[in-house]
Amino acid sequence: MKPKIYGTVVTLFILGLFGVYMLVPTLSADEFTEKDVARWTEEFMSVVDKGRVLWGSGELGKNGVACGQCHPNAANTHPETYPKFQQQLGRVVGFRDMVNWCLQHPLEGDALDINGPEMVALEAYATYERRGVALAPGKH
Amino acid sequence: MKMNLSNRRGFMKTAAIGTLPLSMVELTFADPQQNFSFAHISDSHIQQIKGTKFVNNWDRGLIRAVAETNLLNPKPDFVVFGGDLAQLGKKEELDHGAEMLAKLNYKTYCVLGEHDYYLDLGAYWSELYGPHYYSWDHKGVHFITLNSILTYDKWTFERWPSDMQRMLEMAGLDNPNGSPFMVGEKQRAWLAKDLAGVDKNTPVVLFSHSPIQKIYKGWNFWTEDAEEVQALLKPFANASVIYGHVHQIQYNQIDNISFNAVMATAWPWPYPASYAQAKSFMPKLTVPMNRANPFFERDATGWQLIDMDNGRAALDYNLYDNTNRTVAYNPKTRQPEDRMFQSPQNRVSPQTHF
Ligand SMILES: [Fe+2]
Ligand SMILES: [Fe+2]
Repeated sequence: MKPKIYGTVVTLFILGLFGVYMLVPTLSADEFTEKDVARWTEEFMSVVDKGRVLWGSGELGKNGVACGQCHPNAANTHPETYPKFQQQLGRVVGFRDMVNWCLQHPLEGDALDINGPEMVALEAYATYERRGVALAPGKH
Repeated sequence: MKMNLSNRRGFMKTAAIGTLPLSMVELTFADPQQNFSFAHISDSHIQQIKGTKFVNNWDRGLIRAVAETNLLNPKPDFVVFGGDLAQLGKKEELDHGAEMLAKLNYKTYCVLGEHDYYLDLGAYWSELYGPHYYSWDHKGVHFITLNSILTYDKWTFERWPSDMQRMLEMAGLDNPNGSPFMVGEKQRAWLAKDLAGVDKNTPVVLFSHSPIQKIYKGWNFWTEDAEEVQALLKPFANASVIYGHVHQIQYNQIDNISFNAVMATAWPWPYPASYAQAKSFMPKLTVPMNRANPFFERDATGWQLIDMDNGRAALDYNLYDNTNRTVAYNPKTRQPEDRMFQSPQNRVSPQTHF
């Protein structure tokens, strides 16, 4: 009895979703225009720019030190090497974990929400400055 | 013959890789008058948080350099501070830094860095340390310090709405609103006059904050009128430029001029080649310092004991939390070389930067 009701609910839910999509006047999922790409790029670059401002800000931590003081143009952060084994933490971590380590130690501040908009902006900036470099996960 | 700390260490290191120890090379050229040592400390970037609170990390770097320099035996003849004493040129920062530097038991000569200068154009720094450029003679060597971090007048005097804004714009190393460093016409004229009275066989050592060569403009590892300054040093048989600002080991030889960079006590900087979006011109001669391990607060920072060996500089890098390095002028190859790592087969993995 129970599974049948559950199945019905799921079916109705899926139908509902399709219903909503069918009502929205848009292109199919795999079609987009140059205008779309331009807008998405603009959105991305606005986050990169936000990240660059944060990177140079003394407000991110608590001692006035900015990421850019040790990492001009985000150099020496190697986002292309993450996730990797960080010997000093004893485990495999992501780029954002290392950003938080820096915020807590050299910047004497608090860790950021790992998925929050500020962290995404910092990652966007550091990664953008590293564009064109081949991915090398795990590289020390 | 004078035997000092550096020679003893040099002996141990060179003996291990089978070249002549410096103490024996010296015998061939001996002119004991020009053999002495001095210490070089640079780029402490003392940074005020608020009131009497300063960034502890940077304080520790300078305190340690001063304490270790005071322990040297035999004692160095003097100390040079290579600039960027403060982070934002504030009176509080310069005072706090000067207080720590004043604990040195030796006569101290100071060089002006951009972080000391662009708030009040070096006015308060001058109250502490006097003129922005000057020269002196010591045991047969002619020493000069220049203010090499000047820039175009338009940028300095017309562009910014406030002095603090100007300071902050120059303090951001990678700031595209920055402006290239230069010595400028006035100081070059002074330098020409100063050098006119110096015998061409007298060793000349020039201290600057910026490199007096062109390595990477984007981070001001650069001096706009480098060639003009080099031309003034060219007539001398033996000239050296020792500079700060770059927070890393660099060395080069251009004609008769040896170039050596010093470490910061505050933090290390990446080598320009690790910025993937721009070209740079790192001297091929340079074997880089090790990549820093951020989990060791003082890693890739340090200070230098500099040995004048017949007027040629040998830099002993005292690297906190890392193996020391010695970069010395090699009279055979006529260029500065690392005593341990110069040959490609002696390099170690942490020296690879990417
Ligand atoms: Fe500096
Ligand atoms: Fe500097």
